[in-house]
Amino acid sequence: MAVAVAESHRTLKLVAIGTAAGLFSGLFGVGGGTVIVPLLVFWLGYGEREATGTSLAAIVFIAGVAAAVQGAYGNVHVLDGLLVGLPAVGGVLVGTWLQQRMHVRAISLLFAAVLVASAIELVLE
Amino acid sequence: MIWLVLIGVAAGVLGGLLGVGGGMLFVPGLVIVVGLTQHEAEATSLLAIVPVALVGALSQNRYGNVRRDDAMLMGVLSIAGVAGGVALANALSGAVLRDAFAALILLIAAQLVRKALRADVPGTAKSPDRGDPREQHVP
Repeated sequence: MAVAVAESHRTLKLVAIGTAAGLFSGLFGVGGGTVIVPLLVFWLGYGEREATGTSLAAIVFIAGVAAAVQGAYGNVHVLDGLLVGLPAVGGVLVGTWLQQRMHVRAISLLFAAVLVASAIELVLE
Repeated sequence: MIWLVLIGVAAGVLGGLLGVGGGMLFVPGLVIVVGLTQHEAEATSLLAIVPVALVGALSQNRYGNVRRDDAMLMGVLSIAGVAGGVALANALSGAVLRDAFAALILLIAAQLVRKALRADVPGTAKSPDRGDPREQHVP
């Protein structure tokens, strides 16, 4: 019975993570990995790489549904989305390959710098 | 058009590295470089994320890093959250949404820096394979 309780707790956590990631994704136009990855690590004891892989799989559903809903509002530029998204696929393959070989620290600092520059530019826009 | 492709490649590499779909970079790229509104950029980013996340997930799956049942559960059960989030985004003005997004990515940048600096201190770095053993998945 303890196993069943632990299992249902685990399911509830996954439901909570999915809902939070969905809200986040729909509101900000991002996949939700920022929410999913740390929650899988801290709540469910996932390793960093497993959290990353599982998060990407969940994001396929989340972003797909969010794009469809945004499409109903008439906000999606389909051609632009494909011109950005398809080349990005090549980038992901490189990134995934690098992930097995690079330190998370260097990656984090690089990404942080890009984000800060983007935020400044957005506010000035 | 070349800019769209460049944004895509750059965001894809970071997406593969960090397990995000790349939206954190698609959105500012589409606003700043392409000139879409914040709402259009977010919506278009979501479409662009789909192929990226799909290939990323398949690729990670080859390394044995995807727990399919958990991913499926989170994805399917996210629908209510997604609908709420999109409705909220569309209820906000472009300026408010854009500033909120800028605040969000600054927060994430700060978090990344803090985590990277903490990794320097011995004993406090989070080992990727540690965690609560009761929660560990037995294959």
